[in-house]
Amino acid sequence: MPRHSAEDLLHRVQPARVHRSLYADPDIFELELKHIFGVAWIYVGHESQVRNPGDYFCTRVGRKPLIVVRDAGGTLKVLHNQCAHRGSMVVASDQGHTNEFQCCYHGWTYHLDGRLKAVPLQNGYPQDFDPANPKTSMLQVPRVASYRGFIFVSQAPDGPTLEESLGYMTTSLDDMVDRAPDGEIEVAGGVFRHTYNGNWKLYLENLCDAAHPWFTHRSSIDAAQQQKDDVFSDGSGEIAIRQMRQNGAPYSFWESQVGIWTYPNGHSYLGDYHDDAKLVAAMNDPLFRDYIAAMEAKKGKDRTKQILEVRRWNSNVYPNLSFMSQFQQLRVIHPIAVDRTEVHTYCFRLRGAPDRMFQNTISFANIVNGTGSLVLTDDLEIYHRIGLGLSSEGAEWLEIGRGFQSDEPDAHGGRKGKNSTSEIYIRNMFDAWLRYMTGDPRQRSQENLQGAVA
Amino acid sequence: MSAAIESHVVLAPAAADPGWSLEQCETFLLHEARLLDEAKFDAWLALFTADAQYWVPSEPDQQSPYDTVSLMYDDRRLLETRVRRLASPRIYSQEPRSRTSRIVTNVTVDESGPDGALVRSKFMMIEFRRGVQRLFGGTCFHRLVRQDGSIRIRLKRIDLVNCDAPLDGLVVPF
Repeated sequence: MPRHSAEDLLHRVQPARVHRSLYADPDIFELELKHIFGVAWIYVGHESQVRNPGDYFCTRVGRKPLIVVRDAGGTLKVLHNQCAHRGSMVVASDQGHTNEFQCCYHGWTYHLDGRLKAVPLQNGYPQDFDPANPKTSMLQVPRVASYRGFIFVSQAPDGPTLEESLGYMTTSLDDMVDRAPDGEIEVAGGVFRHTYNGNWKLYLENLCDAAHPWFTHRSSIDAAQQQKDDVFSDGSGEIAIRQMRQNGAPYSFWESQVGIWTYPNGHSYLGDYHDDAKLVAAMNDPLFRDYIAAMEAKKGKDRTKQILEVRRWNSNVYPNLSFMSQFQQLRVIHPIAVDRTEVHTYCFRLRGAPDRMFQNTISFANIVNGTGSLVLTDDLEIYHRIGLGLSSEGAEWLEIGRGFQSDEPDAHGGRKGKNSTSEIYIRNMFDAWLRYMTGDPRQRSQENLQGAVA
Repeated sequence: MSAAIESHVVLAPAAADPGWSLEQCETFLLHEARLLDEAKFDAWLALFTADAQYWVPSEPDQQSPYDTVSLMYDDRRLLETRVRRLASPRIYSQEPRSRTSRIVTNVTVDESGPDGALVRSKFMMIEFRRGVQRLFGGTCFHRLVRQDGSIRIRLKRIDLVNCDAPLDGLVVPF
């Protein structure tokens, strides 16, 4: 069993620094699965993946394999993908449609809500065997909730509601949906699955890190900046190259023009870092004019303007979700081991938008989130190297102090970096980490240095 | 917009064009594989036409690179950028460099005519980098054309056997 006490863990998060064991100690990882992934609201998927009764898909939270299903009455249910008889995984397909779930071992058959429906050879079981007894059901995850189509589960029977936990971050999810002229988005276009030998927290941290692109992505910045424009392109290269060039904006831009905001429970978002109004709009593409026309026809001029004025890049919902509303990208982070992580990346289609908008979404996914992209591959290399570096003793403490003395409150109950390259988003995540792991509500990683740790 | 990517499914072999012999196509594919193994990426890029497309789908039987994500999908412009990046001294994902060894086999000319040939092959590629060896395999489709007397690649499609598996980053082209 993990040997770390709450007191021990508290000592490992200090003002502006954390202990390397938080990224490298297998015992701490086990505690995270239990106290964070076993308690917090965890994103599992989107309602467009289960539109009709009987639609289901499989995922997992931590090590637990789950089935997300719409039951016969149209209610979302999330079941442990495990037979109540001998524990076999029941559903083997990633997704599908069914009237019932049936285990292939001894034929135990379940309703869509997990209740036992039928058992072959029932008279052979002990006398007190009762199909109505909950212990013969596939287990339901205690709490399932969705916010505007985004489905989350909590394995804690009680605690804050999903909306309480999201807090101001609901506005980022709103931004994701409001950009659809018809007011609805749907998962489409397949999925990227990639892995790296490093801790799960690194991925989330990196998506709000405005200080790394100029350096880490230098090879693709240079290659894109040197690329001639009068070369054959079907539109795919256009968006990709524009994005890579923008990563090369000078440090002065990254420090002052981007913006980093953080909110309770570990959430944060990075501002739009393009030096024009919008990445797509700035392409002066007739497509975008068609899109705005479709938006205005459905929502009116004022509302459309209000929606498109929201300027957010990556929004992180702690601990496993990061999405980007401007190009309809969403990543789900799966911790596998302390030094092994898997990430699944999805695209969303804006209902009512011109078809070509979705093609841009795909192009953008390929270059920014793709397993073979010219950008993400250098991020994966960084996660590997951090994994390698932190696995050995040496520098025991990691510095997360950028912006520490200049961060300031924000108008919606959070804190923001005065400098956009502040590491406030990491400190904010570790405050949430401590609260989940120890119950301590203090913001220890952000307490000022005078208030220091004993 | 370019013409849509052609489907790789060929229902019946067209009448063989004597201008596209199996031996000639196979020799070209082996030459291409050697350039990649020797990291001569500029020379590799020179094998492609000015309107080339390079495609590694993310799903088996993927129909289009425009409505579904791809492990790699480059128009000519992006392919040039990809190759230029490979030469960068600051491509950290290639520090140290991968070493690769490719085997190309089962070559067939599925279609041929005055406009070009569609060549199908199987490949295996071993990649070694920083203590880790990975094995990739699958089916390649080359849409070959002839320009100024030389064979050029108009489209290369690589269907990895494990295209939908969780994978670590892919940097060296297939």
